[in-house]
Amino acid sequence: MHDTYPRAEIKRPIFQMKFPKLSAPTLLLLPAIIVLAAVIVLPLLFSLYSSFTPFRLTKPETIWVVIGFRNYVSALTSLEFWTAFGRTVLLLTIALNAEMFLGLGLAMLVNKATRGQRLLRTLMMFPMMFSPVLVGFQFKFLFNDNIGFVNNVLQSLGITTSAIPWLIDGNLALFSIIVAEIWSSTSVFAILILAGLLAMPQEPVEAARVDGCTPWQTFRYVTWPYLMPFAMIAMTIRSLDVARAYDIVKIMTDGGPAKRTELLWTLVGRTAYSDARMGMANAMAYISILLSILFTVYFFRKLAAARQQIGAEW
Amino acid sequence: MDQNNAHRLKRRGLKVLHLVGLFLAMLVICLPGLWIVLNSLRPTVEIMAKPPVWIPQDISLDAYRAMFGGAGQGGIPVWEYFRNSLIISITSTIIALIIGMAGGYAFARYKFKGKSAVFLGFMLTRAVPGIALSLPLFMIFARLGIIDTHFSMILIYVALNVPFTIWLIDGFFRQVPKDLAEAAQIDGCTRWQAFWQVEFPLAGPGIASAGIFAFLTSWNEYALASQITRSVNSKTLPVGLLDYTSEFTIDWRGMCALAVVMIVPALTLTFIIQKHLVSGLTFGAVKG
Repeated sequence: MHDTYPRAEIKRPIFQMKFPKLSAPTLLLLPAIIVLAAVIVLPLLFSLYSSFTPFRLTKPETIWVVIGFRNYVSALTSLEFWTAFGRTVLLLTIALNAEMFLGLGLAMLVNKATRGQRLLRTLMMFPMMFSPVLVGFQFKFLFNDNIGFVNNVLQSLGITTSAIPWLIDGNLALFSIIVAEIWSSTSVFAILILAGLLAMPQEPVEAARVDGCTPWQTFRYVTWPYLMPFAMIAMTIRSLDVARAYDIVKIMTDGGPAKRTELLWTLVGRTAYSDARMGMANAMAYISILLSILFTVYFFRKLAAARQQIGAEW
Repeated sequence: MDQNNAHRLKRRGLKVLHLVGLFLAMLVICLPGLWIVLNSLRPTVEIMAKPPVWIPQDISLDAYRAMFGGAGQGGIPVWEYFRNSLIISITSTIIALIIGMAGGYAFARYKFKGKSAVFLGFMLTRAVPGIALSLPLFMIFARLGIIDTHFSMILIYVALNVPFTIWLIDGFFRQVPKDLAEAAQIDGCTRWQAFWQVEFPLAGPGIASAGIFAFLTSWNEYALASQITRSVNSKTLPVGLLDYTSEFTIDWRGMCALAVVMIVPALTLTFIIQKHLVSGLTFGAVKG
């Protein structure tokens, strides 16, 4: 519509003869919109519909029976669902906060290094390349009670004589999963915050120091506000695929022992594919989708606000 | 004098502390990977040994030989999984790049109504958890009869990659000054020519790294692949990794070897793009 290039107006008539009503940006965005509509939006509408039916894979005719909100009601009143929901929120809260904090620490450590920064930065990216499945497998191996690295070290150092059942005890298993999650995603924060630190002008920091700020004050009121947008980019990226935790949990414990590490996503998978209750699973899945979307919108807003604060255009 | 000494001591102490912290952090980051590599080279007896064997006695490439030596040992068709992964990842990356370039260009160079809303809408499609998306896709694809095919996985991965590719490419096109393309047009280029001859080459490295990022997403994806792929026809490596887990025993050595095979391409590619990736994501964070 508002073309930024005045010269392009001359070319416009030919363009418009072929596609009378579409403007250039619409045309350029069309392929993306078509693909996303076909593979994501339409299937989601279908799953929204099927969440109002008692659909089971084994009984195809049940897709035509509409039972209203009964799936949602039974999901929202079941203890199993709320336990999984609460555990998911707990896991995300702990993991994201720890990742932000550790990522900040790691970025500052690397930024302070005088030599070998390139190498350090490369090493820092290491966990990002691991697919969640690999992370899950790797930590399943490390935390194995019999032959795992962690227990081997603890026993060799004589810290404990008996094997600690990392993945067999419910609470320890959740802890192990959080460790795996933090290991795999801290680097996202570290890398982006480090990019912020490197791009930061030094004058305000020096000015603050000259004016007598303590190092903490300098960090809190000068450095941190500047790093905020970078941290928010990391948060937005993370919030786009928090559900990757599914892969890790699936491999490490598969929701066990005795459903003590069941997350929203593993519960959906189990209800759909093991119990074959598709309608019910879709209802639960929709709740998890809404959760993800709220999450993303929240951080996207914060990102926009943080950008505006330091005067960037969006 | 005394104050000077105390100050120097404090500085040195801080420096040592910094180095120790850095060392510990890097140890935590690297150790799990090294442990996997080490165990792929050891015989199973040594992995299982109690008390643990810390200094490897018997290093060999047997696990790799067994894995690629056909279906004889363990019977896991690693070659087929590898081929499936490659075909699916590469094809979906190319398509996602083309679509992403068009979209990214639109966001970077045009102002239109609801731009920010459209962008957010694209991102939200990425936020849908894989497992939640797999339910309707499974039902629809089963009905269409395209379950367990390369085509279905490529289609899914294109859709999965498009939003993020657009985000990255948008950032890269914005880094190319508008004046350059304008100058080219004043010199008589059409807009299309200006794009291909001026803007595209300048944004090229960035676009390449967006491509690598998309490739890695497809290469590593599990939640959807585990439901849509069923057999050797289309199973990818992440799904294949689970073949090593039978009901009661796990072939740790074999799994470690396959893990190394999966990580090596990812490792190489990420090193190539690391610089561009960060600049693409953070562009616009500081200056508009």
